Amino acid sequence: MLEISHVSKTFNKGTVNEKKALDDLNLKLKEEDFVTVIGGNGAGKSTMLNMVAGVYPIDAGTIRIDSTDVSLMPEYKRARLLGRVFQDPMMGTAADMEIQENLAMAYRRGKNRGLSWGITKKEKETYHEALKRLGLGLEDRMSSKVGLLSGGQRQALTLLMATLQRPKLLLLDEHTAALDPRTAKKVLELTREIVEEQKLTALMVTHNMKDAIQIGNRLIMMHEGRIIYDVSGEEKQKLQVSDLLEKFEEASGEEFSNDRMLLS
Amino acid sequence: MGILLAVQGAVSQGVLWGIMALGVYMTYRVLNIADLTVDGSFALGGSICAAMMTLGMNPWLSLLVAIAAGALSGAVTGFLHTKCEIPAILAGILTQIGLYSVNLRIMGRSNTPLLKLDTMFKQLMAATGLSSAWVSLITGAVFCAVLIGALYWFFGTEIGSAIRATGNNENMVRSLGMNTNVTKMLGLMLGNALIALSGALVSQSQGYADVKMGTGAIVIGLASIIIGEVLFGRKLAFGTKLFSIVVGSVIYRIIVAVVLQLGLNTDDLKLLTAILVAVALSIPVMLEKRRQTASYKASLNGNHKEEQEGGHAGN
Repeated sequence: MLEISHVSKTFNKGTVNEKKALDDLNLKLKEEDFVTVIGGNGAGKSTMLNMVAGVYPIDAGTIRIDSTDVSLMPEYKRARLLGRVFQDPMMGTAADMEIQENLAMAYRRGKNRGLSWGITKKEKETYHEALKRLGLGLEDRMSSKVGLLSGGQRQALTLLMATLQRPKLLLLDEHTAALDPRTAKKVLELTREIVEEQKLTALMVTHNMKDAIQIGNRLIMMHEGRIIYDVSGEEKQKLQVSDLLEKFEEASGEEFSNDRMLLS
Repeated sequence: MGILLAVQGAVSQGVLWGIMALGVYMTYRVLNIADLTVDGSFALGGSICAAMMTLGMNPWLSLLVAIAAGALSGAVTGFLHTKCEIPAILAGILTQIGLYSVNLRIMGRSNTPLLKLDTMFKQLMAATGLSSAWVSLITGAVFCAVLIGALYWFFGTEIGSAIRATGNNENMVRSLGMNTNVTKMLGLMLGNALIALSGALVSQSQGYADVKMGTGAIVIGLASIIIGEVLFGRKLAFGTKLFSIVVGSVIYRIIVAVVLQLGLNTDDLKLLTAILVAVALSIPVMLEKRRQTASYKASLNGNHKEEQEGGHAGN
């Protein structure tokens, strides 16, 4: 499904700020895998997602999505295959446009855009139904500007937009990190539901170890641009947060020093 | 009586220049790019229209040539900005400066009179028997109405929506599968095509094209947009917004006509315009700051009741 092989990326090459973000990274995802990704700051989690999405060019290696080599494909072309939700709730929506206009643009992901009307009457009914299931009352505010929504509402909307056209691969980059605990829980629950319902393949970066253990069928831990721990199936179900900390120290030879991950 | 005539002339000028303001709006507000190609593309529209007419081309066809040339100049800025990754402001300035020479080349001199030629306005005057001010006014109004209708339609289409979204959130547009280089390019081409059309209409209406006719056009465009926003507010439906810009342009021309009647030297006009725009842009900022300070002070000194009021004012 997704195949990342020998991918490396160094930012600011040849300067004092040189940073090796990905170091000969390898990862293979099977169809319908729901993989959670954890790791300390600067481990390369977000970089990996950005490389898959094509935000920056990779230095070496190949990335295949559904056996299409996308290594050199520009971001907007890869979008056909991908659904994305970002950490910043502002990133995934256009604030000055209506809720339904945002959905209509997401509905046209991967399709050619022409001079036909940007949103049809029939679509509006689909969006109404889709919004209803979020349970946020957005279905009655379809012509409101997205800028009027709260961060949690925007994030739920972005999630809906990312999956309105079934993506080959769903990329979730700490999409609940900027939300309050209650909203985060709700958005996470929604994520789980949608992924199960549409049988999606997904990569979810999170700082919350408990979430990482509970959700999905596979967990990977990254450190210094490599995957240092990869666990799935039954073994994953039995994991404890303390096990993860131990694994981290064992694999990296360092004390785990990220408060955000320990406290959450 | 003098002032009435001046105002009538101002209104007809305002409508013709309003098309330029619509073009500025496409980049400045819709795409959220400060495009400084404007001064050059406005003069380009006037120059190429005059040159074509001097060569014997039909005045209406000359407008089409002007539109195409304007779109091309927008494409140059778009190329410099998207492909060469030059900051938008600088890309626009480069095109604008280059166009000065291009416009001189097109006309072969700095000024082309159209007095002896049959402009579209003369044709319409002969056909209808109306005065030149009325013909300019009606023609301008019809052009504006058609363009506003066309723009309203275009920005409701799939491509138009993507262009609007690009001005909002480029990241999102790319993640939804649209090439933002294309949307920016289209927006810049559309904006400058409108601007050049306006330049062509103005040159036909005033009876000459001048290489300097676009100087300060960007500021006049901004003034029109801002006057429209001050009068109608910023939260408007798209069609009304476009209409408000043309009204803003007309009011700008009326202000100019009035101050000139009151004895202002035409040389000082550009300074006046610059001050007008600077003041209009800064007033909302100042008001917001004052409101913030006032509500803070109210919460500091006041009793509970005042605190609540301060809180409401802050909202």
